[in-house]
Amino acid sequence: MAKLKLYSYWRSSCAHRVRIALTLKGLDYEYIPVNLLKGDQSDPDFTKINPMGTVPALVDGDVVINDSFAIIMYLDDKYPEPPLLPSDLHKRAINYQATSIVMSGIQPHQNMALFRYLEEKINAKEKTAWITNAITKGFTALENLLVSCAGKYATGDEVYMADLFLAPQIHAAFNRFQINMELYPTLAKFHESYNKLPAFQNAVPENQPDTPSTI
Amino acid sequence: MANSGAEKLKLYSYWRSSCAHRVRIALALKGLEYEYIPVNLIKGDQFDPVYRFDLQDFKKINPMGTVPSLVDGDVVINDSFAIIMYLDEKYPEPPLLPRDLHKRAVNFQAMSIVLSGIQPHQNLAVIRYIEEKINAEEKTAWVNNAITKGFTALEKLLVNCAGKHATGDEIYLADLFLAPQIHGAINRFQINMEPYPTLAKCYESYNELPAFQNALPEKQPDAPSTI
Repeated sequence: MAKLKLYSYWRSSCAHRVRIALTLKGLDYEYIPVNLLKGDQSDPDFTKINPMGTVPALVDGDVVINDSFAIIMYLDDKYPEPPLLPSDLHKRAINYQATSIVMSGIQPHQNMALFRYLEEKINAKEKTAWITNAITKGFTALENLLVSCAGKYATGDEVYMADLFLAPQIHAAFNRFQINMELYPTLAKFHESYNKLPAFQNAVPENQPDTPSTI
Repeated sequence: MANSGAEKLKLYSYWRSSCAHRVRIALALKGLEYEYIPVNLIKGDQFDPVYRFDLQDFKKINPMGTVPSLVDGDVVINDSFAIIMYLDEKYPEPPLLPRDLHKRAVNFQAMSIVLSGIQPHQNLAVIRYIEEKINAEEKTAWVNNAITKGFTALEKLLVNCAGKHATGDEIYLADLFLAPQIHGAINRFQINMEPYPTLAKCYESYNELPAFQNALPEKQPDAPSTI
């Protein structure tokens, strides 16, 4: 069977999510770096395979899937062990809610295109304020959502989908955006738990083939 | 009705919310009865009696103050995507996802483009911020840019797999996210749909479906009478 291919960028939190999923499922894959700062995503060789020009992209034989959420659901459907969603309906809903808060509430407000726009149209200070505001709102929502159902991980003592979305977001909050995590004790606790799991550690931006050596 | 035996579902909604619009379509498709509870998202001088809740009261049910919110007995779910997946898992007919893995992936991709690529850049909080920090012209340019990028991506994604609807001849998850987005683009943001023939054709196909028609903003109990 042809090996899975993952088009990834070391620092992309969306690619980071998929890297965790692939490792949890024990799936072998070829890591193909796309340098977003250099504009590799507009390269015709890349857009031929992936017309969207976005990272991550997964290639599984003839099938090309863009978008971290769609990739993760595809992997979970095709390779069901271990399952990324619990069997209880309400707990599943909490996983989807956490995923959505990250995917639509926080990450869109911190991606490169928006950074550049805000910095250009207003200034760097406003850009930082905007991102900090998005993260604060999102982390408050997540803390509220998860405080009563968290265990060792977001929704209990097993790793589920919510954890795949939380880990990269919290990692970036600590390492890139200097967010004070004391306000979010439940989320901070998860970060500690993820630090102990090889599948999560192997996926961090600092450990990728295309991570700059200056990091 | 699919849920006539159990306690009635409650939907906290706002007529114009595209997120609530998606859930209204899902409930109608599944034949689920529910109590529509309007939440006034816009603070005005007058508290219109049609609204059962203003924003502050609603925050006691949902601290984030976002709509839609679904209440099913003890279970409260906020976020349109989570609500729709919950409904699809609890009331499986008709299914909102196809069985084919690749087609399912296309539905999730379309959903994600709308959920995280377009809608976050046109919601009230964002457009007010840009208007305040820069001006109204930039706000319009910003929204247009987000919609253009998103619709271009959707057109590329769906052009080869669309049928009568987004991913074939049956209604699936992608359609529930497309319909409100396209409706908003045409009616609120005056987007020209000519560059997006696949999306325009999908939108036309929803005009014939009662579940989609009944979910339109204009038809909701809290839609202003001036519409």
